[in-house]
Amino acid sequence: MSDLVLEAKGLTKQYGDFVAVDHLDLSIRRGEVFGLLGPNGAGKTTTILMLLGLTEPTGGEVSVLGFDPARQPLSVKKRVGYMPDQVGFYDDLTARENLIYIAKLNGIPRDQIKRRVEEAIERVRLSHVIDQRTATFSRGMRQRLGLADVLIKNPQLIIMDEPTQGLDPELAHEFLDLIHSLKTEGTTILLSSHLLHQVQAICDRVGLFSQGRMVLQGTVSELARKVLGGAYRIQLQAEGPAAKLRKALEGLRDVNAVEMNNGAIQIEAQKDVRADAAEAVIQAGGRLQGLSVEAQSLDDIYTRYFEEVRNEKVN
Amino acid sequence: MKKSTKPLKTRDEREGSPWTGLGAVLTKEMADHLTGARMLILDALVVLTAVGTIYTALQNIRPGANNEFLYLRLFTTAQEPLPAFVFFLAILVPLIAIALSFDSINGEFNRRTLSRILAQPVYRDALLMGKFLGGLMTLTMVFSAIWLLIFGIGILRLGVPPTAEETGRALWFLLGTIFYGGIWMALAMLFSTVFRSSATAALASIAVWAFFIFFWNIVVGLVTPLLAPDQITNLEQLVAASQSQMVLTRISPLTLYADIATIMLQPTERFLGFVLPVQLDRAIEAPLPLAQSVLVI
Ligand SMILES: Nc1ncnc2c1ncn2[C@@H]1O[C@H](COP(=O)(O)OP(=O)(O)O)[C@@H](O)[C@H]1O
Ligand SMILES: [Mg+2]
Repeated sequence: MSDLVLEAKGLTKQYGDFVAVDHLDLSIRRGEVFGLLGPNGAGKTTTILMLLGLTEPTGGEVSVLGFDPARQPLSVKKRVGYMPDQVGFYDDLTARENLIYIAKLNGIPRDQIKRRVEEAIERVRLSHVIDQRTATFSRGMRQRLGLADVLIKNPQLIIMDEPTQGLDPELAHEFLDLIHSLKTEGTTILLSSHLLHQVQAICDRVGLFSQGRMVLQGTVSELARKVLGGAYRIQLQAEGPAAKLRKALEGLRDVNAVEMNNGAIQIEAQKDVRADAAEAVIQAGGRLQGLSVEAQSLDDIYTRYFEEVRNEKVN
Repeated sequence: MKKSTKPLKTRDEREGSPWTGLGAVLTKEMADHLTGARMLILDALVVLTAVGTIYTALQNIRPGANNEFLYLRLFTTAQEPLPAFVFFLAILVPLIAIALSFDSINGEFNRRTLSRILAQPVYRDALLMGKFLGGLMTLTMVFSAIWLLIFGIGILRLGVPPTAEETGRALWFLLGTIFYGGIWMALAMLFSTVFRSSATAALASIAVWAFFIFFWNIVVGLVTPLLAPDQITNLEQLVAASQSQMVLTRISPLTLYADIATIMLQPTERFLGFVLPVQLDRAIEAPLPLAQSVLVI
């Protein structure tokens, strides 16, 4: 089997005159976590529904694990786990009963159901409430049960729509940790989110979406290099002769810009030049008081990209 | 699962059995219905009317006096102030069918379980069919139990066992009742897919039910004169007019059910609607055998 788990070419969805997804090209390799990112209404959910055969594309081609979701939906749905953006359960049933139903729908043999259900619930650490009615579950527990619900079919690909939506930051991180642990076991994951900064850490590659178009695609540092020019932002606190410090820092290799504000210095660079910068400060007769590198922020990339697009249009 | 080896030719040709997963849906639906509080209330309602009407009917039936089709008369005998059990059935069966399925689809949509279910390897058709059959089988179980109850009371009170003919007719009537329930269930499910709100779907179903109970006959009375020629001059026109009226009335499931009840439970009734004197001549005095009653429908 090829290394590509998912491939879409020219995928398009129109609602009447409105183009929700516009000639999307996307490919996801085995074992990677891909983030489909963009603001609300960008077309992420529509894309996902097309990938699962839940809505028919207006144009283009999709292949998921070698199947065409529009023509072979059962084969796709058997192998792909999908967690919708709003997960609901039968509240008068227990967690176990809810999952048993899903296991049956997937045609899992009777003698394996009990074990598979318990394993899936164990994975998301809900074993202590397995026989409680889901009506009693908190938002975070429901989200985790939603993941168990996906895991029960041992999917080759997991698609999650806004998995951290509605979770407070702590729960969101807990949930992202769970997703990360799946990744280390080799599961391929596609997730969508409008909270760029929240998910960027667990994504191997991301696609930035805007108004139905995928405008940027690649690893976070690739995009940072492309859009921000400098991929790294380094913060320095130093005392010393300002002019001399600036000159020394600007003279360093891979440094694009230096901004100084009293003792606080910010460097934009193509590489992590912390060591070189520290040396330069000392050689210029300054005293280094603090040094840190700021993670590249997808939000910045996104904002900057659209500023540039807008400027180009104006010019 | 079998894997189809031949290539799929057209886009419309779907892989695998369209009913994959049907069994799982059906089992879940039945379990839901049979354990739900809703069903308990409906059950109580039917059992109450059954016992009530059967006991009043029993007071009216004197064994020995005219002991033909005693058991069938348990269904059809009315005594003031209570109407016969068949009358209650005609009214209650639609309500039960509607109550079981008015939220079958939009309920899942609103609880956000629908998208999770449709992400599993099942077709929409299988989901719908599973829900429908689940409801229908629930109806079957409930009414079979009621029929047994009625026959049980009958045996205790009448002291004679039912004849084979009576049993056969009662079973056909049971089938007819379930079929009648199925029509209403299908209607309620249709509304449940059309309307996002369960309350709207329930109201729409009830509106149709009320329309057929209260207004359909009036509508038929208004429409038939329009269809018929101004002056009925010969026999053919008369037959045509009355037949079109009969077809129109029978559009109402209520009338259809009443006809089924009449034929199955009152074997001395032979014709529905308008009867020509010529046909009447051929009619035999003896009650119709069961097989012929079925044919009349
Ligand atoms: N069924 C539909 N009919 C008409 N427009 C739709 C439908 N579903 C989505 N849209 C529109 O398509 C656009 C993309 O929606 P969606 O894919 O849900 O975005 P996202 O998931 O990125 O927030 C939105 O502008 C939305 O209004
Ligand atoms: Mg969305």
